Amino acid sequence: MNHPNNLSENFRIIGKKRVRVDALSKVTGQTVFADDIALPRMLHCKLLRSSLPHARIESVDISRARAHRGVHLVLTGEDFPVEYGILPVSQDERPLCRDKVRFVGDPVAAVIAKDEQTATEALALIKVNYQPLPTIAYVKEALAACETPLQDYAEEGNIHRRLSYSFGDVDEALELADHVFEDTFLYESNTHMAMEQHASVADAGPDGRVTLWSSTQCPHYVHRALAKALEMPAAHIRVIACPNGGGFGGKTDPFNHEIVVTRASLLLGRPVKICLTREEVFYCHRGRHQVTMKLRTGVTQDGKLTGMHLQTLLDGGAYGSYGIASTFYTAALQPVTYQLPRYSFDACRVFTNKPPCGPKRGHGTPQPRFGQEIQLDKIAEKLQMDPAELRLGIVAPPDSLTCNYLKIGTTGLAECINRVVEKSDWKHKHRKLPDGRGIGLACGAYMSGAGTAIYWNKMPHSGVQIKLDRSGAVTVYCGATEVGQGSDDVLVSLVAEVLGIETIDIKCFTGDTDLTPVDLGSYSSRVTLMMGNAAIQAAGRAQELIAKAVAAKLEIPEDQIGFADRLVFDVSDPSRKLSFREAVVCAEEMHGTMVLAGSYAPPKSAGRFPGSGVGPSPTYSYTAAVAEVEVDTKTGAVEVSRITIAHDIGRSLNPVLVEGQVIGGVYMGIGEALLEEHSMRRLPPRLSEALVLRNPSMLDYKTLTMQDMPEVVVEIVEDPDPEGPFGAKEVGQGPLLPIMPAIANAVYDAVGVRIDEVPITPSKVLRALSKKAAGRDARTGPKDFPEIAWPQAIFVLPPDEGGDGKASNKPERKRAAKMHTMDKVTSS
Amino acid sequence: MMRLPSFRFCSPSSVTEAAKILSEEGSEARLLAGGTDLLPNMKRGQQRPKTLVSLRRIESLRQLSNGSGITLGAGLTLTDIVENDTVREHYAGLWQAASQIASPQLRNVGTMGGNICLDTRCNFYNQSEDWRKAIDYCLKKDGEICWVVTKSKKCHAVSSSDTAPALISLGARVRLVSAGCERLVDLKDFYRDDGADYMDKRADEILTEIILDPADGWQSTYWKLRRRESFDFPILSVAAAIRANKGGTVEEARIVLGAVASRPLLCGAASEFLTGRKLTNEVIEEVAKITSRPVKPVNNTDLDALWRKKMIPVYVARALRELRGDDIR
Repeated sequence: MNHPNNLSENFRIIGKKRVRVDALSKVTGQTVFADDIALPRMLHCKLLRSSLPHARIESVDISRARAHRGVHLVLTGEDFPVEYGILPVSQDERPLCRDKVRFVGDPVAAVIAKDEQTATEALALIKVNYQPLPTIAYVKEALAACETPLQDYAEEGNIHRRLSYSFGDVDEALELADHVFEDTFLYESNTHMAMEQHASVADAGPDGRVTLWSSTQCPHYVHRALAKALEMPAAHIRVIACPNGGGFGGKTDPFNHEIVVTRASLLLGRPVKICLTREEVFYCHRGRHQVTMKLRTGVTQDGKLTGMHLQTLLDGGAYGSYGIASTFYTAALQPVTYQLPRYSFDACRVFTNKPPCGPKRGHGTPQPRFGQEIQLDKIAEKLQMDPAELRLGIVAPPDSLTCNYLKIGTTGLAECINRVVEKSDWKHKHRKLPDGRGIGLACGAYMSGAGTAIYWNKMPHSGVQIKLDRSGAVTVYCGATEVGQGSDDVLVSLVAEVLGIETIDIKCFTGDTDLTPVDLGSYSSRVTLMMGNAAIQAAGRAQELIAKAVAAKLEIPEDQIGFADRLVFDVSDPSRKLSFREAVVCAEEMHGTMVLAGSYAPPKSAGRFPGSGVGPSPTYSYTAAVAEVEVDTKTGAVEVSRITIAHDIGRSLNPVLVEGQVIGGVYMGIGEALLEEHSMRRLPPRLSEALVLRNPSMLDYKTLTMQDMPEVVVEIVEDPDPEGPFGAKEVGQGPLLPIMPAIANAVYDAVGVRIDEVPITPSKVLRALSKKAAGRDARTGPKDFPEIAWPQAIFVLPPDEGGDGKASNKPERKRAAKMHTMDKVTSS
Repeated sequence: MMRLPSFRFCSPSSVTEAAKILSEEGSEARLLAGGTDLLPNMKRGQQRPKTLVSLRRIESLRQLSNGSGITLGAGLTLTDIVENDTVREHYAGLWQAASQIASPQLRNVGTMGGNICLDTRCNFYNQSEDWRKAIDYCLKKDGEICWVVTKSKKCHAVSSSDTAPALISLGARVRLVSAGCERLVDLKDFYRDDGADYMDKRADEILTEIILDPADGWQSTYWKLRRRESFDFPILSVAAAIRANKGGTVEEARIVLGAVASRPLLCGAASEFLTGRKLTNEVIEEVAKITSRPVKPVNNTDLDALWRKKMIPVYVARALRELRGDDIR
């Protein structure tokens, strides 16, 4: 019997380049996205959005809109008394604002009318009286004392949350280092820019139940939020996630428009649809936080890290969203990439009157990764080491526990570095190319699924159900959501592999809270690993029952039964066989109706300190990338000529999809490095209260066109991880991480200037070049990190120093003990 | 999604018929010559014409005649221009300009006439109705202040046509036809230094054709600055045309800057300086300085104005070096 989840190489489907299962319906335009849904008697919804960045709502007069011909319903904040939000600690959103608006674009009222045009006309008839409040536009303003904070649950003023952690005595580690590097960096906010704009259709039935089709990455979380915000039993609500035209984290929050159309449909008894404009998608945002950061890193003469102290300051926008998690993530994963014996961080998130930030591909980790990888480049130069060699000397070891108690399984990082060095001809190029041309290297690591759910619970993170019947048909059900990443393909191919049938033989239903077992959603690169393991377990259980029945029929031991090529057979004499259909009939005769389930919950995290829930993952993926650039010294323009990237995927389930995800990550990474900026325009305060998005359109928000995309050389590194389905790890987010710093490092190699912030615009490069010509600090980047009153750090002794994962008091420094531990630090 | 407001649509089959409709409808009517700019603008409420007069069915506007020089019908698509060998060979500046407009899909629909009459752009103006309401509108539309230069009495929206600077550098004239009347205008005199009222065309006039003199001895080029290789409007452009004798001495020159003011800027001083000189490195450097000195771009396009200003001499020099024969593209 093929052992489920074996790590051998003997696969029929896994690892083969295949056309993904949903490809044909997508390329022929037959996939039904949320906006494709049109139901009989359907009405259309438009939202009236605030035109002020911060104001108290004094009154909303809907009478004229209500009387407008073709209008069926007008809703305001009064219709939604209950708050919601994705994190239990940040229940700060309302479907429609009631007392206050907090950014231009915050929804105030909704019109439901016979068509979109009529609804739009009626919006203009709603009269809102606002009392403007002072506007917080920048993080520095948010840190100052404030009489009218955005949110009343903030820690202090507009400071949403401050975190301070110390894993070991970092001051001591820095004191004992040969060099301490101190650098500040700025990472500007950017947004997801998925091709599909958010759309939702709600349809209430006559019995008081309601169905919502939506472009969401997390139907389970939408389900929970609807139940809470509408004060309805979840059992009466069905959420169906349509295939998403891209998500990248932008569709992981439950959204106001989803709740509004659901309530509207319940009130009207008719289907209600909303499809956001591109500008409204910019308002939904939940994109990359702007992060200012400072890194202090101790290094020995031979290039080992002794410790690091990281500070991050996040501009969160107007609401909590995933922000607390994002704040932790700006710090949590640093020790997963490189060996870091001691580590401390301070992280702070503030509220500003802007669209709320949240998770975007890499969730909180690309910003500090950008900083650390540039700093390592500076360290390598100072120590006269090759940046690749420096990194090879410090890659985090496999099967180890980091100083902040993250469990590393397999790691292919060294192999990734070696591959990109070889494929890019790094040794002959680095510091050797003519002026204007440069090459840079960077690495990254990412989780294969968050170890804890958004809400605390002990249940599985993913469930898969399989139904087999006498026709030979196999149907698979899972709550996971196809957002374009290929999760349906993963689900079907794993089941096909285990049962010895073809992918076309399997139907799958995903992302439907009525039909499918819960899966937490398509975020944190969790689906392949978690859904995959659940699928293998479910398929394995089916396989076991079939094997038992067929073994009885063929009168051979169960462990002699094989599954392949739609046959179930005697492995010692394959001519003794049943077709898969006949085998299922046998099984149904023996066991009754064949419905089986599998589920997956990640291993328990090793950390026991408060906040240790953010960062743990069953395993981590690793990536290394080399960027080659040409810099026009007259204009400062940077052109990426080639990216060579190697990704440690554990096992590649479908190499076509893996390469696609890697190239997609590169595409997004170049955009973030050079072009993208979700930035605001504040009009002269003496003349205006306005604080508006600078570029809320696909023309003005710059992402790469096909013409701007360079050659990408993809290397897939496979080292099957025992935690992954057939050894697979994630690929959706990791490959993005090294791109931005690799480009910044390449710019330095090309023209000798440091651009310590993204996007690396031509004017920033030119400014640094002119400083260089004038003999000044050849750098563009933030000068300092703002003063913040940090709380007392939570101290956790690292495992290598005898820690048990619990928070404790910082031990007294004793010279002898110090020497002992530092020996360990510097020799490890 | 964003919806078009309602409007009356007519599609006449001749210029005479179109001109008649315009004279009847007055300023409530707008010409639709491709619509790649006008229709999105209408969705954003920047323009609210009651009547759209489509020029698509008018055959005569899609003619291209070679005689002495070339006459281009205003209804030719930008793709038509890019695919024309005469334009490519003799009017390289125009060809380069047309081939860098927007994207292939938009060039298939957008027309020459449409690009010449392209609405001026500003990132305080090219925004949705809701956005402009949030800033309380601006001088260009419905408001009383220029948010770019708050003390200005004049709108600073930017001329963003790619073909206009190229055509001016080639000495183009355009024909304007209205009911019972027509006139020829030098394209260099067609534009005004006011972003809100940027061209010398009455609402009842139709731009029907573009007339170019023979290219004898003229060489031209067009350099466009933008962030991406496709799709983007110019944030600076340089159209340069020179006529030099066999010895390389310039006999006549025209350098036109685009996208740094509300109209294309023909730099007379640069033409004067170049005349009688050879394109040496020193001369090119001087011309680059002369051209950029009086220009003051403002912060209302992509990237910052200070940097765009610095790019003017760089791009002028590159254009001239290309015309000199340097291999720098």
